[in-house]
Amino acid sequence: MIPLQQTMILGAVLFGIGMLGFLTRRNLIVIFMSMELMLNAVNLNLIAFSNYHHSAQGQVFAVFVITVAAAEAATGLAILIALYRLYRSVNIDDANTLKW
Amino acid sequence: MLNYIWLIPLFPLIGFVVIGVLGRPLFKGKTELVPAIIGCTTIFLSFVVSVLSVVALYRYIEPNAVGSRVFTRELFTWIEMGAFKVPFKLHLDALSSVMILVVTGVGFLIHVYSYGYMHKDPSQYRFFAYMNLFTCAMLILVLGGNFLLMFIGWEGVGLCSYLLIGFWFEKDSAATAGKKAFVTNRVGDFGFVLGMLLMFSVFGTLDYETVFAEAPHRLAVGGGIVTAITMLLFVGATGKSAQIPLYVWLPDAMEGPTPTSALIHAATMVTSGIYMVSRANVLYSMAPASLILVAAVGAGTAFFAGSIGLAQNDIKKVLAYSTVSQLGYMLLGCGVAAYFAGIFHLMTHAFFKALLFLGAGSVIHGMSGDQDMRNMGGLRKYMPHTCWTFMIAYLAIAGIPPFAGFFSKDEILWKAFTYNSPILGPMWGKFLWAIGAATAAMTAFYMTRLVSLTFFGESRVSHEAEHHLHESPGAMIYPLMGLAVLSLIGGWVGIPAALGGGNHFHHFLAPVLDQASHGAQGAHAAATAGLAYAAEVTGHGGGAESSHGLELFMMVVSVALAGIGIGIGYFFYIKNPNMPQLLAYKFQGLHKALVNKWYVDEIYEFAVINATKQFANLLCWFDAHIIDGIVNGAAYATKAFSSGSMLFDGTVVDGLVNLTGRIVEVASGMMRRVQTGYAHSYALVMAIGTFVLLSIYILLR
Repeated sequence: MIPLQQTMILGAVLFGIGMLGFLTRRNLIVIFMSMELMLNAVNLNLIAFSNYHHSAQGQVFAVFVITVAAAEAATGLAILIALYRLYRSVNIDDANTLKW
Repeated sequence: MLNYIWLIPLFPLIGFVVIGVLGRPLFKGKTELVPAIIGCTTIFLSFVVSVLSVVALYRYIEPNAVGSRVFTRELFTWIEMGAFKVPFKLHLDALSSVMILVVTGVGFLIHVYSYGYMHKDPSQYRFFAYMNLFTCAMLILVLGGNFLLMFIGWEGVGLCSYLLIGFWFEKDSAATAGKKAFVTNRVGDFGFVLGMLLMFSVFGTLDYETVFAEAPHRLAVGGGIVTAITMLLFVGATGKSAQIPLYVWLPDAMEGPTPTSALIHAATMVTSGIYMVSRANVLYSMAPASLILVAAVGAGTAFFAGSIGLAQNDIKKVLAYSTVSQLGYMLLGCGVAAYFAGIFHLMTHAFFKALLFLGAGSVIHGMSGDQDMRNMGGLRKYMPHTCWTFMIAYLAIAGIPPFAGFFSKDEILWKAFTYNSPILGPMWGKFLWAIGAATAAMTAFYMTRLVSLTFFGESRVSHEAEHHLHESPGAMIYPLMGLAVLSLIGGWVGIPAALGGGNHFHHFLAPVLDQASHGAQGAHAAATAGLAYAAEVTGHGGGAESSHGLELFMMVVSVALAGIGIGIGYFFYIKNPNMPQLLAYKFQGLHKALVNKWYVDEIYEFAVINATKQFANLLCWFDAHIIDGIVNGAAYATKAFSSGSMLFDGTVVDGLVNLTGRIVEVASGMMRRVQTGYAHSYALVMAIGTFVLLSIYILLR
């Protein structure tokens, strides 16, 4: 049996990698991928806690998160395509119209 | 005919309008006969209507209860305001009959004369327009049926006097004299208006008939109100009739053309004061104190002006002072309640003084404008007609029977002598008589001097003037002759009973002028002491018979006085032409005072005019410095305050407002940099924030 700590450390590392990717990468697709990574880190934690507490709730939440993430990915890809059509680029720095 | 009396003032008015409106475009700068013809014709028509009206009045209207013949005609309502109603009402009775005959008759002769005198003047049309307007105003004055209408005429003649004195307005002295006459008269008119207002407040009307009928019932004899009314009215009379203290304008008025002097300043306008006092005789008889004032002013003026006349060298100035003096005489007559004597003298004076002035005008005409008697002498050879007409007027004014002046002057002296003042007693009358008699002697003297210096003795005419010396044209001579006839016979209407005459003039006027005495006999024996008394002094019938001897004696005395005056004059100016210089040298002070008219003008100048000027200067200074200072100060204060306020507004208020904006601007300038628009930077901030919050949470747990 793998102890809870190790799973959580793995989740934290995964989240850190995802966040680092999200903050540093300029490619929107990569950012998306980083976000997936962070969601999966969270899912990993949920499942770990579910197993630790012998409760199915966490696993149910993980399934929900995956579902919602899939839906978000769909919308996100739609936005991405719209953005690409507008700028002919997926570089996030080009979409700074909200700037002061 | 009586229904047409409104034509009397209307004709001259038409003349004025026609000449006045058409004159300037048609006759300016030309000397045409037309204005003169229009001017003379209108006055002549008035004269004809006047004569017919007076005859009709005398014949057809039955004397009413008190024996007076009065015709009134209300033409239209002039002013109506609530209870105050002034109808345009004409009033013809014995008194106004005399006045309209004098005004139109003498006025007509003077108009004819004016054509001869003014025919070379380029503004001749203007002259006739003014003269016609003047005649119209004078006729309204004497024909008006209430005091307000009288006042209209009163002001009208004042205006025309101003216009005519200043007729040659391009001359400075003429313009000044016009102004002086106007301003002086305004002082008197102020009193007149106050008198009218007071009268209105008592009677509620200004109508002659009502006022005089009501006066004995509403006013107490010798009471304060009637005294105040009469004294205020008399102030007006002193202005118009040139009495002390307002006489100063009349001698200066000689700046006007000579016919003006004759018409206005001898025969008509200046007599309006006497007319007014006589018209209001009911009121005056009720106010003994006012009568004393009237008599005192009259006698004082007569003597005072006569004394100035002694030493004047300007021929018209002598006549002017003589007029002032004679007007004083008339008021002296009124002041002893012998109003008819005043009116009598008014009438005869109109004849002979107009003649004197016109004669003087003829002389001036012949002398090419020179008025100084020292440059004349011996003129009778050159101007025989002027000379003999002038001599008649001279004898009339000197008081030699049977010329007109003798009867009227003597009537006044006699009435003064027998006057018994209810306040001052019989000695007052004697005193007035003495002054009057002395004045008569002085009059005879200075008139002799005038005649001697002008017509007799050595000729002192300069060589150049002698060359032009000529008799005046017919248009000037014939009026002189007409007036000469009047001056001779004019007094015969009033030959006193003592000389075998009936004194018709007195009886003619008695119904109007002795109303007071009639009232006393009448039912209203409100026959207060004063009224009964008035009946006694104006006394006809009764005790008069017995005093005929005394009256005759007084006549001899006054003729003797006139003779003395003439004799001295003859002695001084014909027999011993050097004598006057000697006397003038001996009595230098007195002579200088006389020549300078007792320095009255200078005293007025000092006391009244300078004081007024100084006061005005003071007020001016006060106005310029204090009032303007306050106003300007207020303005400066406001200005200063507003600039302060502006400064505060600009710096402090605006500063605060701007500061707020500035702070927001700076703050937002800093804050806006947070909004990078980069999703990752927001995310970074969020991550760091989460990390920080979590760290705090964990550390503080």
